[in-house]
Amino acid sequence: MAIDTLVRRTPTQGAARPAKKKLGLGERLRRHWQLYAMLALPLIWLAIFAYWPMYGAIIAFKDYNVVDGIFGSRWVGFKHFERFVESYQFGRLLKNTLVLYTYELLATFWPPILLALGLNMARRRWYRRSVQLITYAPHFISTVVVVGLIVVLVDPNTGVLNQFLGHFGIGPLDVLNDPSYFRHLYVWSGAWQTMGFSAIIYLAALTSVSPELHEAAIVDGASRLRRIWHIDLPAIRPVAVILLILNIGSIMSGGFEKVLLLQNTLNLQTSEVIDTYVYKLGFASQVPQFSYAAAIGLFRSLIGLVLLVLANTIARRFAKSSLW
Amino acid sequence: MAVATATPSAQAAAAGTPAPVRETRSDRIVMICNYTALGLFTLAVLYPLVYVLSASFSDPKNVVSGKVWLWPVGLSTDAYKAIFDYDSIVSGFSNSVVYAIGGALLATALTLLAAYPLSRKGLPGKGVIMALFVFTMMFSGGLIPTYLVVDRLGLMNSRWAIILPGALAVWNMIITRTFFQATIPEELVEAAKVDGCADFGFFWRIVLPLSKPIIAVNLLFYAVAQWNSWFSALIYLTNEHLFPLQLVLRQILIQNNFDPSQVRDTAELIRMTELQQQLKFSLIVIATIPPLLIYPFVQKHFVKGAMVGSLKG
Repeated sequence: MAIDTLVRRTPTQGAARPAKKKLGLGERLRRHWQLYAMLALPLIWLAIFAYWPMYGAIIAFKDYNVVDGIFGSRWVGFKHFERFVESYQFGRLLKNTLVLYTYELLATFWPPILLALGLNMARRRWYRRSVQLITYAPHFISTVVVVGLIVVLVDPNTGVLNQFLGHFGIGPLDVLNDPSYFRHLYVWSGAWQTMGFSAIIYLAALTSVSPELHEAAIVDGASRLRRIWHIDLPAIRPVAVILLILNIGSIMSGGFEKVLLLQNTLNLQTSEVIDTYVYKLGFASQVPQFSYAAAIGLFRSLIGLVLLVLANTIARRFAKSSLW
Repeated sequence: MAVATATPSAQAAAAGTPAPVRETRSDRIVMICNYTALGLFTLAVLYPLVYVLSASFSDPKNVVSGKVWLWPVGLSTDAYKAIFDYDSIVSGFSNSVVYAIGGALLATALTLLAAYPLSRKGLPGKGVIMALFVFTMMFSGGLIPTYLVVDRLGLMNSRWAIILPGALAVWNMIITRTFFQATIPEELVEAAKVDGCADFGFFWRIVLPLSKPIIAVNLLFYAVAQWNSWFSALIYLTNEHLFPLQLVLRQILIQNNFDPSQVRDTAELIRMTELQQQLKFSLIVIATIPPLLIYPFVQKHFVKGAMVGSLKG
């Protein structure tokens, strides 16, 4: 939510402050020792749980075995990467991953914006309040429960969906076990869950629009739709661009838990993504293949990073707002 | 109330849309469409929740035969009674409470400790440290190396494995830092310094009391995240006595995995098989209630915190 803090700023800010007498680095460090002491614990945590695993990722280039540990295991270069790229799984996994998360990105991007524009326009307080209260709620429901909800709602025999469709002589559809429904189920349940909560940030951007702009536009005879188009949407744009970039960055890492929960042996054809495959290699198989799984995971992280940098570059060039 | 005395146009301006000089027909149509669309959005979100709630209070026979579609048909609370006889649900619930409270306290403390120094102007090395944090949002070692680290630390099958690895969310840290930047003016720091108050004292006696909204927001976010998490328990825990509620729910709701030995007597077992489908509805309700109960209390703070976090700084 602290989008603006991530946005690149021009260095001229703060130039108004009078230049202080320059102190030596040692003096400045000593002066702030208490602040560094506060940072110590979080930094230790960061080193252990974020950077140590990054170092540990070198097992992707080794044949890891428990006895020798990360350090002692034998180097094998790009063996595991080559094996993955050449495997028959590779094409399907990459396609499923990209299609699923791109679909998610496109489908969950616009509902919060629409909702925020609508809420911003609505003038009856009780109506605004109730819409907000209700649409935020799913955000607080766990992934397990959301999937459980889907399971009971689409159950072929007792689910309300199939009973409803039954009135029209359709079905029963076995939505959970049919690979052709998996993506829609995953993506639209996600939109259902995140729409209200994601709207908050757009609402915040809209409330910061100066009312004079709207008043002036009204005096000039602008209709509501025109005002949305020329005043509200431009106000949202920077936030929307940043959120889109962030989501592209997480395109290769987000949503994996829900995929795993919705997955079953019958819908694997579309539901197997890189992350679930890594999980299975590492934890659900008889002989865990840690190095191979780590190589695939690293491959995925790198694609995510490349996409993020790419999206940021494009945004900086065309939308004039960017993450860094 | 101040709102009641305000003029209509001022009221509207506060809501972000000034009252138009005269409303044209097309504007009125847009407005009607807007209210309708908002209503439809809301109903789409609400319906599954209402249905599950109604189904959980209905007679199981009516649920299976499709008689329930909005309101409960044939009131029954058997499904709820059955939950309390299911041992792993009860132990899962209490484990989740421990994880949520412990995790939220630890994570909030770490977040505040990281965010405050990084909010201060002129701290040497601030940029580098910030970059170290932000980089982890974009790149990670991955599932397997993280698992090996937790294993190496000897945390397997302990409550620490659930709480420690996720104990700091960089995103929350950034929001908190922005809150400090927006609400703690540098002049206040300097005034405190003149009075002989060092950084520790300033943080403890001035920053924390001024930061109740953001502390509440952090506690809520971390507690809800911990309450809802299941994957770390899946890979780090084998001891069923430590399982959080969500992992138990996964077995029952999604994998359809009932353990008859968990049920105390045979009469109960027969009833249980009948209630199997029904139990899922009541479970969904029970598991959803705790986070939903906390959130309205913190919502005021939360929206304020999020607004400050996103707009200022």
